Amino acid sequence: MSFYILRRILYAIPIAFGVSVVCFSLVYIAPGDPLQTVMPPDATAETIEIVKKAYGFDKPLPMQFLIWLGRVLTGDFGMSISTRRPVFLEVSEALANTSLLALFAVPLAFFTGYVMGAIAGCFPGRWIDRVVTGAAVVGVSLPNYWLGIVLVIFFAVEYMLLPATGMGPNGSTGFHILEWSSARFLVLPVITLSMIPVGILSRTTRAAVAEVHNQDFVQTLRAKGLSEWAVTRHVLKNSLPQVLAVMGLQFGYLLGGSILVETVFTWPGSGFLLSKAIINRDVPVLQGTILTLSLVFVAINLVVDLLQSLIDPRIRRA
Amino acid sequence: MADIAELHSPLEAFEEQAAPATRVRGYWQSVAYRLRHDPATLIFGAAVLLIVLAALFAPWIAPFDPYKESIVGRLKPFGWRDHLLGTDELGRDMLSRILYGGRVSLLMGVVPVLIASLIGGLLGIIGGFVGGRVNTAIMRTMDVFYAFPSVLLAVAIAGAMGGGIGNGMLALTLVFIPPMCRVAETATTQVRALDYIEAARATGASTIKIIRYHVLGNVLGPVFIYASSLVSVSILLASGLSFLGLRVRPPVPDWGLMLSTLRQSIYVVPFVCALPGVAIFITSICFNLVSDGLRAAMDVRM
Amino acid sequence: MAVIDTDKPILDARDRGGPAQPLLIARDLKKHFPVKGARGKSVQAVDGVSFDVQKGETLGIVGESGCGKSTLARLLLHLVVPDAGELVFDGEGVDTPDGIRVDALRRQVQMVFQDSYASLNPRMPIRDSVAFGPFIQGKKKPAAREIARDTLRKVGLDPELFGPRYPHELSGGQKQRVNIARALATGPRMVILDEPVSALDKSVEAQVLNLLRALKRQFNLTYVFISHDLSVVQYISDRVLVMYLGRVVELGPADAIFDKPQHPYTQALLGSRPSMDPARRIEEPPITGDPPNPIDPPSGCRFHTRCPFAEPVCETRDPPLGFWRGGEAHAAACHMLDPHSGHSLARDA
Repeated sequence: MSFYILRRILYAIPIAFGVSVVCFSLVYIAPGDPLQTVMPPDATAETIEIVKKAYGFDKPLPMQFLIWLGRVLTGDFGMSISTRRPVFLEVSEALANTSLLALFAVPLAFFTGYVMGAIAGCFPGRWIDRVVTGAAVVGVSLPNYWLGIVLVIFFAVEYMLLPATGMGPNGSTGFHILEWSSARFLVLPVITLSMIPVGILSRTTRAAVAEVHNQDFVQTLRAKGLSEWAVTRHVLKNSLPQVLAVMGLQFGYLLGGSILVETVFTWPGSGFLLSKAIINRDVPVLQGTILTLSLVFVAINLVVDLLQSLIDPRIRRA
Repeated sequence: MADIAELHSPLEAFEEQAAPATRVRGYWQSVAYRLRHDPATLIFGAAVLLIVLAALFAPWIAPFDPYKESIVGRLKPFGWRDHLLGTDELGRDMLSRILYGGRVSLLMGVVPVLIASLIGGLLGIIGGFVGGRVNTAIMRTMDVFYAFPSVLLAVAIAGAMGGGIGNGMLALTLVFIPPMCRVAETATTQVRALDYIEAARATGASTIKIIRYHVLGNVLGPVFIYASSLVSVSILLASGLSFLGLRVRPPVPDWGLMLSTLRQSIYVVPFVCALPGVAIFITSICFNLVSDGLRAAMDVRM
Repeated sequence: MAVIDTDKPILDARDRGGPAQPLLIARDLKKHFPVKGARGKSVQAVDGVSFDVQKGETLGIVGESGCGKSTLARLLLHLVVPDAGELVFDGEGVDTPDGIRVDALRRQVQMVFQDSYASLNPRMPIRDSVAFGPFIQGKKKPAAREIARDTLRKVGLDPELFGPRYPHELSGGQKQRVNIARALATGPRMVILDEPVSALDKSVEAQVLNLLRALKRQFNLTYVFISHDLSVVQYISDRVLVMYLGRVVELGPADAIFDKPQHPYTQALLGSRPSMDPARRIEEPPITGDPPNPIDPPSGCRFHTRCPFAEPVCETRDPPLGFWRGGEAHAAACHMLDPHSGHSLARDA
């Protein structure tokens, strides 16, 4: 068993390596001289020379990658072109804010999605199933940033109930989670962010529950005399591994999809940072953010895989 | 060569022969049959057709020139002076812009999926059929790209390369290749293990012939089903990219871009500003439901 | 009782070696499959198998599950490449520089598979599945289709009725006839049948077996018939080869093997057949336990762990397959038959 854990962790390492290679090459697929992408436009010739040495642009490509990798591992992601602050600082601040959103969105989305899907799966074909399935399809087909805009229209413009944008009256520095005056800024972004995961999760859960229901052992349980509720509990337990796998993927979506939602609500998280970096052509920030987010995703997938193998012994292969 | 045709034989041993079912129905015929009797899918299929035609014939059915601005008629609500759906922040007619916007959005929805299916499908079939080290190498490379959440990857590639339609399509194609490859590889691996493949090899068929005649027919189905479900994802992703300013440049009409530019004006004419999103939503949901219907018709074990 | 077809085989136009030359000779074939994960270990599927197949005969191969019969079948067609040993087809070495090439071999030898749900391509109509062989081997599509039609008729299926059907519309027996047609469509001289009737109902099984015998007479075929079902093998074979754990333990005429088996394993196999004769009632199973793990086979005689007559020599030395008591036709691999083996029950020749 621990052999499997070890293998799974070891497997994640080349993936992480591959991820860093891709991130590294982002600088190079950018049009123009890679040097220009990491320098603010008004840098002096001197500065350019220094940076050139530091990045190793005058050395062959694999050398540059190693240099870059070395710097990344020590936490030096370079400097942001637009704000002149270290990228590492910017990314960590932004990530903290995004985590706040995720903190609320994850339980909300997963719980809602699972419950909806479970109910639909236990009563396939009935009206509740149709409602849930319909809602799920809608959820997946909706551009979530558009939902955000619509929600803003309703709650902020028409009815003035909730604030439209921003993170609290004082921005991120003055954010107190426990006070409603700050917390109310969370409501709309969290709801918007949860939408697609709820859709996908309810569909997946419904399919998993329905499939388990059809298996022979369920009939055996009933024949043994178990109450319907007890049988349902067994069914839900068995459908959990499949759902967990999808939850892990959805977490990754939350990391990536946050970019659109955060842009709509001007929430200063990693997604917003990313979109600002795109507008300003701030490649170091782009690189740093994507690298961080992807590595977090790899780590989450690893955890989810290990959790899955703990719950479902069938997954533990040699 | 012993000429079988020459030797006759009345083989008396076969008295009764249970006649098989009277309707001869192959796989594709049964798919067509199921689709014909599935009203929901047919309706949404018709809707998809409508959308495609509307986008195709936009130059002829659009009432106004989508690029024509008007200082006076800015941000007008529904029905103002023949502008059925109002005007945008530069006074351009919304209906026309939505119709024209459909062209770009549909293009971005279909083309990346198509190319990704070809490339990913080819890689998957090769990997699944050859197996071994080649397969491991291909799938591990795909895994690296799988490690990125798709939105993030698309944004990263498109963002790094600078915007533009070409780069956007490239980014989306790259995002879709790994899942298509995985679907093709799984299907091919399953088929490869079956007996009739061995029988084909026993007659001396080369690998290419086996793939062409035996593997392809059985793999195309799952690949097509998955590809059709990706189209709506692609439309959503593409509009998301242009919302961030990564694809088309103004003044080209594009639903995502329109949502972005109209965002500031939601306080003035909220419903007009929500319109492009409605277009995206309707298109996406129609494609989604058609793809679901296709899956229900095609994914049947005979 | 075995029925031996006594008609002399008519020599095929492609014959090279003459009537006395065995159509197929297998010498010391070996095939090991490495076990994933366990370093250095392998499944010894076929471990030194030698036999010959005469022209026009039916050689039955019998053994329990896991004894290597199916691997052997695939080795004969080079669907699986042997690790060691050689194959000689009609006097020419297979896959040797001056012998016959594998694809040429496949024009003369074909295989009928067990009727599983996947023995025929579910998306191909029957006539295309049968025509595929001739098509691959060079015929144009219309000619291939014509051959397919003809072959279907030979196996008793009306080509107009069955040609355009799909496999899922056919019964088990019909599908197996299609499999046979597919094998015959390319005009082979030898057909290897791997458990061809194991998946069929008994009544259908009888029909298919009779069909096979009739086809063999008509097309002058040579069969290698693999099965775990002793009665079937007895019915159809001229000679029988008994396999255990990748090795040949007994080989001889069907009558001799079934009447006077020499190897303890064969005796046990035959003894375990349920009998309708109250005089031959079985009190207890003659053989117990499961076959040993093919990854770690017993040393010496593979059967010694289950043999009631096992002695120390059986654990240390491999009994050779020799013609002891049955004369030149009947061979068995057991120390009890070899007067020089040191086994207490071995009698002098």
